[in-house]
Amino acid sequence: MVLPNLQIGESVESVVYWIDDYFGFLLDFFSNFVDILISGLRDALLFLPPLAFTVIAALLVYFLAKRKAALAIGTAVGFLVIDSMGLWGLSMETLALVLSSALIALAIGIPLGILAAKNEVVYHITKPVLDFMQTMPSFVYLIPAVIFFGLGNVPGLVATVVFAMPPTIRLTNLGIRQVPVELVEVSDAFGTTPMQKLMKVELPVAIPTIMAGVNQCIMLSLSMVVIAAMIGARGLGYQVLVGIQRVDIGQGFEAGLAIVIIAIVLDRLTQNLTPKK
Amino acid sequence: MSKQEIFEKTNQTVGLYNVNFDVYDGETFVLMGLSGSGKSTLLRCLNRLISPTDGHILIDGDDIAAMNTEELRNVRRKKMTMVFQSFALLPHRTVIDNVAFGLEIQGVSKDERYASAEDAINKVGLKGHGESTTSSLSGGMQQRVGLARALATDPDVLLMDEAFSALDPLIRTEMQDELLALQDKMKKTIVFVSHDLDEALKLGDRIAIMKDGYIAQIGTPEEILTNPADDYVSEFVAGVDRAKILTADNVMKRPEPVVSINSELTVAVQLMKRHGISSIFVVNPDKVLQGIVLIDHAVAAMKQKKKIVDIMIKDFPKLQLDTPVKDIIPIVAESQYPLPVVDDANKLRGIIVRGSVLGALAMTDEEAEEKIEEVAQ
Repeated sequence: MVLPNLQIGESVESVVYWIDDYFGFLLDFFSNFVDILISGLRDALLFLPPLAFTVIAALLVYFLAKRKAALAIGTAVGFLVIDSMGLWGLSMETLALVLSSALIALAIGIPLGILAAKNEVVYHITKPVLDFMQTMPSFVYLIPAVIFFGLGNVPGLVATVVFAMPPTIRLTNLGIRQVPVELVEVSDAFGTTPMQKLMKVELPVAIPTIMAGVNQCIMLSLSMVVIAAMIGARGLGYQVLVGIQRVDIGQGFEAGLAIVIIAIVLDRLTQNLTPKK
Repeated sequence: MSKQEIFEKTNQTVGLYNVNFDVYDGETFVLMGLSGSGKSTLLRCLNRLISPTDGHILIDGDDIAAMNTEELRNVRRKKMTMVFQSFALLPHRTVIDNVAFGLEIQGVSKDERYASAEDAINKVGLKGHGESTTSSLSGGMQQRVGLARALATDPDVLLMDEAFSALDPLIRTEMQDELLALQDKMKKTIVFVSHDLDEALKLGDRIAIMKDGYIAQIGTPEEILTNPADDYVSEFVAGVDRAKILTADNVMKRPEPVVSINSELTVAVQLMKRHGISSIFVVNPDKVLQGIVLIDHAVAAMKQKKKIVDIMIKDFPKLQLDTPVKDIIPIVAESQYPLPVVDDANKLRGIIVRGSVLGALAMTDEEAEEKIEEVAQ
């Protein structure tokens, strides 16, 4: 060894415990908030019986996604298959977790992306942080999440947000930076305020790219909820985990299939949300 | 120190230096030069899309270069708008919302801004296209939207950055004609950037020729063609040489319409109205030139039942078929009327207006040769 042992692991550990000791009340507050968000969303999703939910979901998809009938029918069939496998409750639990994670990731990610596009300092700080977040094996996030929030849905959500946020920031930043320079000149030449420029020119022009980030964020959230089951997040991920532990092929496959169906519906829906040019 | 030396010493490029000019109210001022000459940079300094490091830019006595953000925004909103080479329409907006953009950001109510936008759309000949998406329009139509957008806020000054350069030649000519027609009515102050001599001569009341960030010459098209300030300008307007080669018969138009000296005055007035001209040449049955009648005189005289002979002007400049174009330029610049071209027997053979001379000078070499051959045959 050229360098002596730098004790990086120990340092990170002590920082994590220090945060837990001194900011515990903040973490508890956040934990409660997230818990209410997830369970509220889950209860809302479970409020309707599966059949009614399926119909409403299909109609919603039809009207939101440019009236593509195939997409609506596919959604309905997929949801009915989930119900027939007896995985409805777990699927809604997972959907609630995914949507909450994505919502929080977007609520932080899009403004941060805008900031990074507007401010070189922010950009140069976020860039390495995002690289770090995306390349660090996602399992590693589980450890501090457990220390801060115990076991359950909340640490699952936090790990998911950390994992799913980077593409939102990157693509929002990219979308705004890619707005053609002459459109920015038009905006300036006609006397916009910075806020008008953002709202009337930059964001609308960047929307397709930003929506690609939203899509990525939701997809990554979904892939992370299975991993999050390792720290007690409930839903389909837990079902897969149990399948692995018991070498129960059938159970593992059914839960996996339900995840795939949800993934496809969410993916197609978000891809088709982008307004037509 | 040259631009190159400054770049080597400081790693900074000189954009513009020692540029001084006035643009008069209601004139079309063309900034012209090759790419890299600084003409677009200069245009962008006028509304401070690029801020000059030093100097003053005065509009109505206020220095744009010294304005704070708020004052500058006001100038951009009320006094100066811009038309871009690449059209630069907002792709997520319909035509009318693009045109209304300037008013929208000023907080004008929807009804009001749509009314103004509709006006501007009609002005540029796009009536009925308000609800179209911009991507469904051709290049020429897109630039009409760009022009309408710039007109909708009713600014005093229009900045046009190579506005027609991206259009194909036919459409470009059409747009130039329409800009001239619009300008006739609107009398805006226009600063027009172009790299095309033909376009500059056609549109410009005055032209500034730029090179390496400075202005080589400012003058009317005639001054620049006949009296280039330095070698660069004379090279640039190489068409000047043609002024010695081309003669009146190369550049004249067909002698139409003319009116016979025996006709009633009403015929002359009719002809002028139909052709949209303000004067007409009078010939006898052998096509020998007799004089010229002006529309104002004719209309006044009609009530007094006068004849053509009574009111026609006999004393005005005439050109011979072989008068060289370089001699025509000063005459045509001075003359209030079109110039008649006559042969040895004083028969009217053609008519020369200011535009046809300038157009001929801006011809390519091949076009000029063709013209010469045409006449020779």
